[in-house]
Amino acid sequence: MKPLFSAFGCGALFGLGLAISGMGQPQKIMGFLDIFGAFDPTLAFVMAAAVGVHFIGQRIARRFKAPLLVPAFPTYEFTRVDRRLVIGSLVFGIGWGMVGFCPAPGIISAGFGTREGLLFVPSMLAGMAIFHGMETLRSLALTDETGAPAPSAAK
Amino acid sequence: MSPVPAALLGGALIGLAASLLLLLNGRVAGITGIVAGLAGRDALWRVLFVGGMVLAGAAVGHLLPGSLQVTVHLPAGTLIAGGLLVGFGTRLANGCTSGHGVCGIARLSKRSIAATLVFMSAGVLTVFLVRHLVHA
Repeated sequence: MKPLFSAFGCGALFGLGLAISGMGQPQKIMGFLDIFGAFDPTLAFVMAAAVGVHFIGQRIARRFKAPLLVPAFPTYEFTRVDRRLVIGSLVFGIGWGMVGFCPAPGIISAGFGTREGLLFVPSMLAGMAIFHGMETLRSLALTDETGAPAPSAAK
Repeated sequence: MSPVPAALLGGALIGLAASLLLLLNGRVAGITGIVAGLAGRDALWRVLFVGGMVLAGAAVGHLLPGSLQVTVHLPAGTLIAGGLLVGFGTRLANGCTSGHGVCGIARLSKRSIAATLVFMSAGVLTVFLVRHLVHA
């Protein structure tokens, strides 16, 4: 039970910070990205504070052998800068610049009932579902009927 | 609250939330990953995290008028297209502003620093094209 309470509490703290910081206002994000126009530096202050606190916080957390409420710390599956990271970030950045929402601010905006958030979030979930569908098809194409890598995909 | 102290306080709370989630639950506070996992097993803590985020956000929205106000009213088609790109792109890149931009950079991950530079640059270029060329 305890990890569930803490998940709720951390989510609430996260949402509190996002809303207080002004990141739920897409005009501020678009203003930050508009370095050749009416530049709004808010996002830089938010990120600097968040990274600064978490830089210390994650170092403190890592001094413990294990997290306090569950058995193990996360392992990081991916470590290399690869094509998927770069293309994915490129696609994300284009969408972010178009609408001024990244996932978390979009979700709190939708939760608050804004027209923009309520149009953005279902579309974002659809984008995630499309990704999931393409990954499933890709893994089917790369494996034979037993689930082992298909001969054609060996290289 | 004036914008700069609000931004610093809000950012610090985001960093604190990410630190506590790591220390207590051993999880990275990457919203893309948390949301994507809602469809899988181990969904309950994710539902509670997102629920807490939405409730607290809405509470601030009501208590501090204007804090969640949207003043750029984009056409529905733009919001839908942007949403599709954000959803697909963040999954392909395995992270967004929170997972790469905050958590990844804080642990000095090369991947996350690269991802953040790419999505920031793509965002700057997109806003430039839309605001200064299309609507010039």
